[in-house]
Amino acid sequence: MDFDLSDDQRLLKDSVDRLVADIYGFEQRKALLASSDGWSRENWAKFAELGLLGANFAEQHNGFGGGAVETMLIAQAFGRGLVVEPYLATVTLAGGLLRHCGVASLQDEYLPRIAAGEVTMCFAHHERLARYNQDYVSVSATRAGDGWQINGEKSLVLHGATADKIIVSARISGAVTDAGGIGLFLVDAAGLQRRGYATQDGQRAAEISFSATPAEAVLSLDAHGVIAQTIDEASAFLCAEAVGAMEDMHATTIDYMKTRKQFGRAIGEFQVLQHRAVDMLVELEQARSMSLYATMMSSETDAAERSRAISAARVQIGTSSRKLGQEAIQLHGGIAMTMEYKVGHYFKRLTMIEKTFGDTESHRARLVAAGTAF
Amino acid sequence: MDLSFTAEERAFRAELRDFFHTAVPDRIRRKLREGLHASKEEQVEAQRILNARGLAVPHWPVEWGGQNWSPIQTYIYQDELQQASVPSPLPFNCSMVGPVIAEFGSQVHKQRFLARAANLDDWWCQGFSEPGAGSDLASLRTAAVRDGDHFVINGQKTWTTLGQYADWIFVLARTDMAAKKQEGISFILVDMKTPGITVRPIQTIDGGVEVNEVWFDDVRVPAENLVGEINKGWDYAKFLLGNERTGIARIGISKARLLRIRELAAMEHVGEIRLIDDPKFREKLVNVEVELKALEMTQLRVVAQEKYLPRGKPNPMSSVLKIKGSELQQATTELMMDVIGPYVAPFFTEEELEFRNEPPIGPDDAATAAPMYFNMRKVSIYGGSNEIQRNILAKAVLGF
Repeated sequence: MDFDLSDDQRLLKDSVDRLVADIYGFEQRKALLASSDGWSRENWAKFAELGLLGANFAEQHNGFGGGAVETMLIAQAFGRGLVVEPYLATVTLAGGLLRHCGVASLQDEYLPRIAAGEVTMCFAHHERLARYNQDYVSVSATRAGDGWQINGEKSLVLHGATADKIIVSARISGAVTDAGGIGLFLVDAAGLQRRGYATQDGQRAAEISFSATPAEAVLSLDAHGVIAQTIDEASAFLCAEAVGAMEDMHATTIDYMKTRKQFGRAIGEFQVLQHRAVDMLVELEQARSMSLYATMMSSETDAAERSRAISAARVQIGTSSRKLGQEAIQLHGGIAMTMEYKVGHYFKRLTMIEKTFGDTESHRARLVAAGTAF
Repeated sequence: MDLSFTAEERAFRAELRDFFHTAVPDRIRRKLREGLHASKEEQVEAQRILNARGLAVPHWPVEWGGQNWSPIQTYIYQDELQQASVPSPLPFNCSMVGPVIAEFGSQVHKQRFLARAANLDDWWCQGFSEPGAGSDLASLRTAAVRDGDHFVINGQKTWTTLGQYADWIFVLARTDMAAKKQEGISFILVDMKTPGITVRPIQTIDGGVEVNEVWFDDVRVPAENLVGEINKGWDYAKFLLGNERTGIARIGISKARLLRIRELAAMEHVGEIRLIDDPKFREKLVNVEVELKALEMTQLRVVAQEKYLPRGKPNPMSSVLKIKGSELQQATTELMMDVIGPYVAPFFTEEELEFRNEPPIGPDDAATAAPMYFNMRKVSIYGGSNEIQRNILAKAVLGF
C-alpha cells in the first residue's frame, strides 16, 4: 500500500496542473464556451504535446504507458480547470473501447492518431429510453454485403457533433435490453445527421441519426463486457474530475469566508459557518478516498467486483458533491448565484457529472441488487 | 502509487487473523460479537494472551515491548483485532498512560509501571473530565497542592470509565492557580487505594455501569508520582488525546457489527422474504458500507501520511476519522435496532443474560441491541466531542 506518486506521475501531475492553470483562466474558458465548437483545437494540440492524449495507451501506440493513476491525475486537473475539450469522449471512452476490444489493426490505426491529437472520437451509446441501463440498445446493425449498416437514433452523445469518428453500439440480435447481441462499430462522422448542443455545464453533446450508415470497421460483436469496463473507467474518470472540482470549490469558499465581512468581521469567524465548512471538508475527504478506490478498482478483472466498487464510489461522490456544492453556494451567498463567479460553474459541472453514466440512485440500486458494497 | 496491499502485508494480516481466532478464547470473542461486554477477568485474560505474543502494546517503544511496525502494519493489526471481536488492550493502559510515561516519564516510572500496564497487572483509569470541565477540559479545578514531598489533591473527576476496577488513576490537576488555564496543569499518577478517594458508579442509559465519579478528599500523593515537568500536564494530555484519536474510528468494529447484522437479518423475515432480501433494508445497509469503505480509505491515507509527520504530533486529519468513525459506529447500532424490531424491548441486565437459565426472548442478540444503541450515543461525545473535532479542523486545516 503506497499513496505516493512515482517520479513520472509527479512530473505528469505538475505539468498538467501548470498547463490547466495557464490556459484555463475564467475569461479564457468563457471565450471557449461562446465559440461554435465549444472547445479549442489549440488546447487539444497542447494536450497532445504534453502526452495527455495517450496517457494510458501503450508505448507501442505512442502512449505514455500509464494506467488508471495517470488518468486520475489528469481528470483531477481537468476538474479544477473545468476543462471542456473532448478528453473523456475521445481518450477515455473511444480510446477505452479500442483498447479493450482487442482488434489490433484498429488499435494500431487509431490509438497513435488519438495520442497525436489528429483525430477526435466519441461513443454513441445512450438512447432516449435507456435511462441508466447500459444494455439498452435498440439501434440496429444489419449485414449489408461484406459489411454492416447501422440504423437508429443515439442521444446525449458527449462531444458527438465535432468528433471525426464515432464508435456506435448497435444491436445484432436479441431483445432491446439483452446483455448479449450488442456490437460495436466504427463509423465515419462525415455525412451523418448530427444535432449538436451545449449542456448545462458548458460541455457539448449531440443527437445522432444513423440511416443505413455503413460501418467502417467492427470492434466487437459481443460488446457487453467491453462497454461495461469502459464505462466503469469513465466513471472513475468522472469521480476524479468531481474531486478536482470539489477541491477548488471548497478552497474558494474558505478563502471567501476569510475575506467577506459582515457585522464588522469576516464571516469565517462565526462558528456555525466554520462547522459547515468542516462538514464540507469531511465530504471532500471521503470523496477523495473513494476516487482513489475507484481508480484502484477500475482495472479489476472481476467485473462484478469492479462494478460494485465503481458504484460505491459514485454513490459517495454523488452524495458528497451535492452536499458540498449546495453548501459552497449557500456560504458564499448571492455572489455564487452569478455566472461571473467560478463556484456556480463548478456546481453545474458536478450536477451534470452526477447524471452521467448512472446517477447516485441507479448506482445505489446496483449495490442493493448485489447485496453489498464491499 | 500502488493501492493494493503487498504480499508481506497480506501474510502479516493472515498470521494475525489466525492468532486472534485461535489463541483468544471464542467464549470471550463471542460475547463481544453478540454485543456484551468482557468482564474484568476476561479483559485481563485476553490482554495477557496478546501480551505474551507481543501484541498488547505494539505501538510502544521497542524497549518497552513495542514492535517497531510500520504505520500500515499497526493499522492491519487494529483492523484484524477488531474484526475478530478480540477485546482491545485496555486503552487507558495501552493508548493513554503507557505512551505518556514512555515519552515523558522518569526512568523509575517506566520501570515501575510500563511492563505492568502492558500485562494489565495494573488497571489504569483516566481522571480528566470534571463536572465543570467537559469539552472545555482546561477549565478543570481539581487541585494538587505541594506539601513537603507530597501533593495533596482535592476535587472531583467524572466519566471515569471502568474506574471501579482500577488500581491506578492518571489525573490532570491544577498546580498553579495563578497561571493561564492551560499552563497551570500537571499530570499525576495516583494509587486508587490512597485514603481519601471515593468512587461512585454512574448508571448510564443502557442500564450498565461503565463510568464513575471519583472524589479526591485530601488525597496525599508522593511528589515523585508527577509525570514530566510541573505545569506541563496539558502538553502531555494533548499528546495522549492525539494517540487516542487515530484509533477512535474503530472501523474494524463497525465491520464486525455489519457482519453480525447480515447474519441476523438473514434469519429474520418480513412477510414472505428474509429481511436481508428486503430492498429498503439493503439500501440502508449499503449506504453504511459505502461510507465505511470511504472511511477505511481515508484512514489508510492518514496512516500513510504518518511517515511525513513529526513523531507524537497528532495529525488534524484524524479528527475526520473521529467524526465519521463515530457516526458510522452509531449507524450500525441503528441498523441492528431495525433488524431486531419489536424484540428490542425486553430488558435484562448483562448478569441476567449471562447466568440465566430461561430461554432468551426474541431473536439472537435481541437483548443487547437497544442497550448498544443507547450506549453508543457516547462515541460522538467522548474523546473530544465531534463539535470539538470540528473546531480543531476549522483551526488546523482550514485556517480559521
